[in-house]
Amino acid sequence: MAQRVRRRSYSLRNSMINPAGYHPSQLKFYVILLPLVLFMLLPIVFIISNAFKPLAELFAYPPRFFVVNPTLKNFVDLFALMSTSDVPVSRYFFNSVAITAVSVCASILVSTTAAYALSKKRFRLKKALFTINTVALMFVPVAVTIPRFLVIVRLGLIDTFAVHILPALAMPVGVFLMKQFADGIPDELIEAAQIDGASDLAIYRRIILPMIRPAIATIAILTFQATWNNAETSALYINHESLKTFAFYLTTLTSTASGANVVAGQGMAAAATLIMFMPNLLMFILLQSQVMSTMSHSGIR
Amino acid sequence: MITRVEVRRERALRKSLAREGSAYAFLSPYALLFIVFIVVPVGMAALLSFTYFDTIQRPRPIGLSNYIMLITQDEVFMKYVLPNTIAFAVITGPGGYILSFLLAWMLAQLPRIPRTILALILYSPSMTSGVTMAAVWQTLFSGDQNGYLNAFLLGMNLIQEPVQWLQSPRYLMPIMVIVTLWSSMGVGFLAMLAGMLEINPELYEAGSIDGISSRWQEILHITIPSMKPQMLFGAVMSIVGSFQAGAIGVTLSGSNPTPQYAGQLIVNHIEDYGFLRYEMGYAAAVSVVLLLMVLFFSRLANRMFHEE
Repeated sequence: MAQRVRRRSYSLRNSMINPAGYHPSQLKFYVILLPLVLFMLLPIVFIISNAFKPLAELFAYPPRFFVVNPTLKNFVDLFALMSTSDVPVSRYFFNSVAITAVSVCASILVSTTAAYALSKKRFRLKKALFTINTVALMFVPVAVTIPRFLVIVRLGLIDTFAVHILPALAMPVGVFLMKQFADGIPDELIEAAQIDGASDLAIYRRIILPMIRPAIATIAILTFQATWNNAETSALYINHESLKTFAFYLTTLTSTASGANVVAGQGMAAAATLIMFMPNLLMFILLQSQVMSTMSHSGIR
Repeated sequence: MITRVEVRRERALRKSLAREGSAYAFLSPYALLFIVFIVVPVGMAALLSFTYFDTIQRPRPIGLSNYIMLITQDEVFMKYVLPNTIAFAVITGPGGYILSFLLAWMLAQLPRIPRTILALILYSPSMTSGVTMAAVWQTLFSGDQNGYLNAFLLGMNLIQEPVQWLQSPRYLMPIMVIVTLWSSMGVGFLAMLAGMLEINPELYEAGSIDGISSRWQEILHITIPSMKPQMLFGAVMSIVGSFQAGAIGVTLSGSNPTPQYAGQLIVNHIEDYGFLRYEMGYAAAVSVVLLLMVLFFSRLANRMFHEE
């Protein structure tokens, strides 16, 4: 018996990690994974299916999971609508697009420069500063919502576009992943460039940036998710309707307290939910191989 | 003589500035934001926690009173918030972590294309935020007979009348746990999967020669020790995630406090005192307790996975 077990596991070993192709031994993993994956997929399929349902189907009894007569009416309604305070919904949408785009670019700039210094430059506080950043991975922003609010009031950032962007740039995970990845660039390469007389800026632009592209893609995704999905900033720091984001607008559609037309709101909320979700998914599909290669450097040593 | 020393010193300083200055220049934008939005708020929370502060008058120092009140007089905190937070964090933290590890482990043993597709599906819920999902969960768990879960259970004759899932103190917490676990295959999960794929296959061969015969032994003696750094990163991510996922109960039930405090977590307690009652000093004390809890559990994870 023991011998049989050993022989079996030996035959598996050749196809264990990262196998090249299909092997019957993988079947058991599919048997466990597939039902689970289908279960995980349900709410996502639901988002997509719901967005295209006409009102009659949204309120049908018994409710049906899949759409029968798909329609774009929910999307048309959503963008034709003026919100309660006369701001067109497209305004929220463009706010979100602009804020997210600027945040992603700024976040890449801020975390690549920091990671370059922490990984490749030599200075006295280097180790200490990186340790502080690693401790800050454990930082829970919601815990300090109140003092953060006081800081933002004091800086005069209330009701500005900057308040959507600046706090999102202090992202310890981003700098952490970027620095770990940059550690993989051989020091000789940079020394050689220095001997050739390259300035720090040139090294940063010509060597570091091209070589940490996967990490940049990862930071882009993380910043994208953090800002695109962010409704809290609009709720806490913004009083002008015209500066709020699409994510915030979605919360007003779904909350019953806002007094919005709940019946019509359902269809638009379903469409808005899909609009919120899709860019996240597309970004990740496009950049997933870069993300995976960053993640293999992600360990805390 | 003295002047010569001074000159030499100045020259050394200038030299080190020239050498190190550019490092600080590259670091400064991030450092500035880090200080303004992380260090200063944490410091302020610590200071405010020793004061009485209602946002109108200046903070008045009251020593440890906030902490003493938190431990001795805050019945809601001791009776609901703390047990809820610990129960929620223990299930979704280690639970989500072990789930991520096992899923990553199974995925690592599949060929690249099915692995990528399945990993994408498992990761996709973590891209959604509470805000995005509120509409979905509210429809699925809706309390009338139109709710999908109610309609399904009524159709199967498992229940006689619709259940108020999200307003019921009995079901709110389990639903919060399910929703959080559903979206817990995030960055930490990807890190563990990537770490597993990087392990040198020769280690497994060497292990089998050394007499490792079962999968469990292999996980314990080869897989986990070879990817400790990723294990630690994943652990920190899931600890932070499970303490941070506080908004979920309020989002689902639509009210803070949640029905009969059934889904009240420490994060909601902070909001309750800070933004609804304007007792900022007290809320700050609760925040400090939350940060210390995260730090404590992360230290624990560090103990387990740190490489010497």
